[in-house]
Amino acid sequence: MYRYDQYDQAMVDARVAEFRDQTERRLSGQLSEAQFRPLRLMNGLYLQLHAYMLRVAVPYGTLSGRQMHMLAHIARKYDRDYGHFTTRQNIQYNWIKLADAPDILADLASVEMHAIQTSGNCIRNISSDQYAGVAADEVADPRPLSELLRQWSSFHPEFTYLPRKFKIAVISSKTDRAAMRLHDIGIELVKKDDEIGAKVFVGGGMGRTPMIAPEIRDFVPFNEVVSYLEACLRVYNRYGRRDNKYKARIKILVHEMGADEYRRQVEEEFAHMKTLGLDPPVAELERIAAHFAPPPYETGLSDEIDLSDRDFAAWVGSQVAPHKVPGYAIVNISLKPIGGIPGDASSAQIDLIADLAEKYSFDELRVTHAQNIVLAHVKKSDLYAVWKALEEADLGTANLDLISDIIACPGLDYCSLANARSIPVAQKIAKRFSDLDRQKELGELKLKISGCINACGHHHAGNIGILGVDRKGVENYQLLLGGSGAEDVSLGQITGPGFDEDGIVDAVEKATNVYLANRTEGERFVETFRRIGMAPFKEALYG
Amino acid sequence: MNILTGNDLATGDVIWWTGEGWSRHVNDAVDVGDRGSEIAQVELAARHVNEAYVIDAAQTADGIRPTHIKERIRALGPTVRLDLSLKPADPTAGNWVI
Repeated sequence: MYRYDQYDQAMVDARVAEFRDQTERRLSGQLSEAQFRPLRLMNGLYLQLHAYMLRVAVPYGTLSGRQMHMLAHIARKYDRDYGHFTTRQNIQYNWIKLADAPDILADLASVEMHAIQTSGNCIRNISSDQYAGVAADEVADPRPLSELLRQWSSFHPEFTYLPRKFKIAVISSKTDRAAMRLHDIGIELVKKDDEIGAKVFVGGGMGRTPMIAPEIRDFVPFNEVVSYLEACLRVYNRYGRRDNKYKARIKILVHEMGADEYRRQVEEEFAHMKTLGLDPPVAELERIAAHFAPPPYETGLSDEIDLSDRDFAAWVGSQVAPHKVPGYAIVNISLKPIGGIPGDASSAQIDLIADLAEKYSFDELRVTHAQNIVLAHVKKSDLYAVWKALEEADLGTANLDLISDIIACPGLDYCSLANARSIPVAQKIAKRFSDLDRQKELGELKLKISGCINACGHHHAGNIGILGVDRKGVENYQLLLGGSGAEDVSLGQITGPGFDEDGIVDAVEKATNVYLANRTEGERFVETFRRIGMAPFKEALYG
Repeated sequence: MNILTGNDLATGDVIWWTGEGWSRHVNDAVDVGDRGSEIAQVELAARHVNEAYVIDAAQTADGIRPTHIKERIRALGPTVRLDLSLKPADPTAGNWVI
């Protein structure tokens, strides 16, 4: 994985010193809150419902064991012994003291991490495929480009004050595990005439106006991607709606301008950008790529797995994915125990996962946008030992992509923007469907819950989505069906009037019953919905 | 009744105006009538509080209860982690919020 060079480290260290000074000036009264707020937000420090919240960037979701141990240390020393992994592949701490924030950033910097650009109207953490480098169907490893874009976008002076926040995802497989087309810019690495390049989608997003990004260019040569994205951002920076926060995202610009006209303007700008020599030299691309060379896999390993332990076999069937190297497997660690809080992990659990990464997965792990953790390179002969360790730490739930593998934002339990609680709804649904055989009978069913219209819980992209709203001071939950954040991307449709907290759990069960009654052989929930439409579901829900 | 709330500048803790200072317990809050913004300005300037504002609340048999659910959750803590709330020993504390 990527290691900081002297420039990366110097930039991060300088930011820590700067923020330490700013914090001291705030605490001593030299800075007002109005002056300090944008400074702390630039360092990922929010003031949330109960306390300060720190959002730490995990670049394209990738961490070393040492970095993961540091996340546990921060949870233990500065917070309340846990952290929350988010749909942006980051981690958030909910109980931070302002005076501790500079020390936390210094601790993070000591392991090449930071919280820069995890807030504000700038380019946020680049997200990517958690199976990067190990998926059998990828055309190239998406991490070198993700890292290049991290460096390009960090402290980019022209894009520090965009009309609104900006999110980029990079994938390289036909299988989309990163909700790529629901980002401001989605990049799919593709091969054309044996050359690797980027297919670029612009103007996707969720929030109050969900949109699927249209394709803006079918191929940008790899060594020109930076210039092309610079052009995309420049057109947005010039014409984005700064007059109205709710119309300021690039999706609104592309929609209002039209994809063809946006594309034309980007091409014009791109032609200009290419004359400026912005793209990195091949040597720099090779330097970055070298950090992502495959680890020293053993050869001649067996692909056999002893599945005589039924519980282990169930876990393997659910949580283990094929690896491109014989004898190895990808392990998905569920942070969704039945009745637990989606994405939360205690410091002990975080430490344990770091230990497992160090011992069994070449010291590397990934955070997924579905709020789980991946060990990307585990020998099949080590799977049983990994599972036993996870089981003992309440991390052995076998529910990947099943109905209890719920994405949920922190909701009104933590978030000052939320209108309703998300987590209790997730817990009740998981308990309702706690029987694993029942979940498997339902098959792949992605359920996603947001506590407000900002859609941090990706409800638009849920096969079943739930949106919490405030109806005259009372929590109410709208149900959406038919969304997908995968390669068959689609936006969920609202079924009708909302439900109370218990009612939404019943409604989800009714929707699954309609699916079971109507599905054809091998048909997933979302496919059945697309085939039979909303009417049977409405009939079951509202009579 | 109108009560004044905000967050402690240094710790971020949710705090409530008691008439003499700030408390982490909503039951210590006092009715500030129409003096909320005046008190808030003084306290903000003294850096005793951050982002102070006035909310509606009611005096009940169980104590002071903010009108809106968001403020009740602020007053208690996350309903899904009552061990971290101000009533960690009370398993029914979440009912107070809903």
